[in-house]
Amino acid sequence: MDLQTVEILLEKYFEGTTSIAEEKQLKAYFSSQDVAPHLEHYRNLFGYFKTEKEIEFDKKLPLQPSKQPTVKWIGIAASFVFLFGTAWFFLNENAQSSKDLGTFENPEEAFQATQEALQLLSGEVNQGIEGVAVLKQYEQTKRIIFKKSNKK
Amino acid sequence: MKPLEFENLIAPFKDKVFRFAKRLLVSTEEAEDATQEVMVRLWHKKETLTNYNSVEALAMTMTKNFCLDQLKSKRASNLQLVHSNYRDNQVGIDQQLEAKDSWNWVEKMINELPEQQRLIIQMRDVEEFEFTEIAAILEMNETAVRVALSRARKTIREQLVAKHNYGLTNS
Repeated sequence: MDLQTVEILLEKYFEGTTSIAEEKQLKAYFSSQDVAPHLEHYRNLFGYFKTEKEIEFDKKLPLQPSKQPTVKWIGIAASFVFLFGTAWFFLNENAQSSKDLGTFENPEEAFQATQEALQLLSGEVNQGIEGVAVLKQYEQTKRIIFKKSNKK
Repeated sequence: MKPLEFENLIAPFKDKVFRFAKRLLVSTEEAEDATQEVMVRLWHKKETLTNYNSVEALAMTMTKNFCLDQLKSKRASNLQLVHSNYRDNQVGIDQQLEAKDSWNWVEKMINELPEQQRLIIQMRDVEEFEFTEIAAILEMNETAVRVALSRARKTIREQLVAKHNYGLTNS
């Protein structure tokens, strides 16, 4: 390839208008022995492109055959286990609670137990009212204070 | 699709994907990880791969997106080392290096270009892709690809010429 053609191609190259074939011509020219001295500094550029193309990827790829089916089955199995587990749990609990409700056979005993329970309840309620009584006092005192301060 | 079939499918372009990733990420290890990641993602998509015109173009686009995300998250998480902050004045060492590997310089020049230009240079000048292919992979139009390519090549030319003249005045 004569020098003039090379120079024209180079100009086109930097404008981004060369075709792949023309770029291959340039690469061939710059890898030859007789590069014109004033173009010598482009030699490395085209030489670099050539060596870059030789880099290879040689790592192994971790390709596993797809595991989706087994995953799906594990999910289904787990949901069944869960369903039966909860069903069993509730059935068991119901059976237990129906067996022992704390019932009395004797009416007198039952009456006494009921009375005791009601007394316990009223005792608790009274205690609550006592607590509120203190609050009442507090409310009264507050009213007095606020009346006084309002008058001022 | 069996693993072997898949390996055969990706064999023509897996090196390209790796070089493409390396152009963006620079580090070989990171580029290897990125390539693996992209290939595994392709493998998971294997049932739908026949819907694509070109699996190669798909792989390249996936690589581009993956690597750009990678760079973005890296930038967000740690401070970037900005190369313009310091200048290496030890010319003697540089010249020794140059003698050892004259392509180091070219590589450095290319890797300092903006990411998009780097990718275009990689695909056009190294992989010899047509403009239509590059435009499809980068999701750009062809004219924009040409303009960016010309800009990138001219930047490299300026630096090569500057380096060349500098070398002459010093020797």
